[in-house]
Amino acid sequence: MTSTTIRRTPLYDSMLKAGGRMVDFHGWELPVQFSGIIQEHRAVRNDCGIFDVSHMGQVFVTGKDAHAFVQKVNANDIKDIAGRGAYSHVLNERGGLVDDVIPFCLSKERFFIVVNSATTEKDYNWFVKQSAGMDLKIENASDRFGMIALQGPKAPQLMAELWPDSVKLARFWIMETKIHGEQGFICRTGYTGEDGCEIIASPAATVKVWDELLEKGRKYGLIPCGLGSRDTLRLESGYLLYGSDVDDDHNSFEANYGWVVKPKKGDFIGKEAALKSKAAGIKRKLTGFALTQGGVPRPGCAIYLQGQKIGELCSATFSPVLGKGIGVGYAAPPDLKEGEPVEIEIHGRRIPAKVNRVPFYENKV
Amino acid sequence: MYKPENCKYTKTHEWAFAEGGVAVAGITDFAQHEISDIVFVELPKIGAKTEQNKRCAVIESVKAASDFNAPVSGEVAAANDALAANPALANQSPHGDGWFCKIKMSNPGELDNLMDYAAYQEFIKQPAQH
Repeated sequence: MTSTTIRRTPLYDSMLKAGGRMVDFHGWELPVQFSGIIQEHRAVRNDCGIFDVSHMGQVFVTGKDAHAFVQKVNANDIKDIAGRGAYSHVLNERGGLVDDVIPFCLSKERFFIVVNSATTEKDYNWFVKQSAGMDLKIENASDRFGMIALQGPKAPQLMAELWPDSVKLARFWIMETKIHGEQGFICRTGYTGEDGCEIIASPAATVKVWDELLEKGRKYGLIPCGLGSRDTLRLESGYLLYGSDVDDDHNSFEANYGWVVKPKKGDFIGKEAALKSKAAGIKRKLTGFALTQGGVPRPGCAIYLQGQKIGELCSATFSPVLGKGIGVGYAAPPDLKEGEPVEIEIHGRRIPAKVNRVPFYENKV
Repeated sequence: MYKPENCKYTKTHEWAFAEGGVAVAGITDFAQHEISDIVFVELPKIGAKTEQNKRCAVIESVKAASDFNAPVSGEVAAANDALAANPALANQSPHGDGWFCKIKMSNPGELDNLMDYAAYQEFIKQPAQH
């Protein structure tokens, strides 16, 4: 990625002001950390923290066929109940993941899909292709919005102060509202395994919201958090990272997210292939591992069972809450038992580990 | 404490405090700040041979692994077990309780290859060196 193509979010100056250590993240200049990954991680587990997630994409689907379309491109059952959202997988014809997304129903003919940043263009193109002949309009609105994640057990107290109605939202529900006079959304969602919300607002309003959260959140222990803790938090909580844990060549069942696939809802793209893979018995499964000795596993580390290589880690890190190395990787055979001893190769040495349940950290949301 | 003013420095941000043919080695405050939360260190075994500017230990932060290069050649005479048990010591006290190892120098003349405190302070001011 050259410097001419690097993108900045509306919060770039706010990040620098808050002491963010900026890195190139898939073409976006974003903070990897502020005060430190462990401190930020603990703030979100115990109090609350805020993240700039403005790199995430937003797509509107509007029209008579909007609901039929959203159902067609999602494996999960997306209801046409205004305000309701759900975590879902967008599948290709082979049952692999085009992306993992959160579609929300704003009204019977208006849907809002939050997509991953690196896949925004890909998803938009896929949606346009799949909507041929349908009565609807698709808008990639990603440039019109910034996005902040407010996460942690104390987040609802701050939500109540700033947007009283937002605390009534159930998990995965959304409200459309004016934020600093412009179109905005508050969703009861997040990527940390903690309670909280994500605020989607105009670029200018996003900057104001960031400052408000920092100021009003101080009494709750709120601190700014970066991509580093976002990754350790989501991995502890067993959330997938698109591009690392899942992609076009891995399906929901292999990723141990079979619950997302709802065959009874009717037809959708990839249904047949995904169910065929399930019926035939998956050959590999995304499995959790935890080191039983010191060390920090990284993506790409080989996994050994009784001396045989059975896979590689897709995501791995040091778990600040558990105080040990953790990771997930596709293991073949797919039916390893919890507690089964394995070895993870780190810097050329095989370190004892065991099969661990996912999520690694028992979350309350 | 191995006073920073009395240490010699590598370009990869390790310090050496030499006394009587033995050099105590650790990472600089600049390095611990750059690396951030250190959660694991793999220290050399006693008796292991070291070579100046070659890796002799590994430092793991939450985010990434970094090499710890020996500031001098020789043989490892001691490794800091307290650091192995509590890697955060390298963040909290890089020139004190967070020392890495002691090396019996095979060629004390190598110390002349290292920067003194003033030179190292200049070195870390140059953005291109980081």
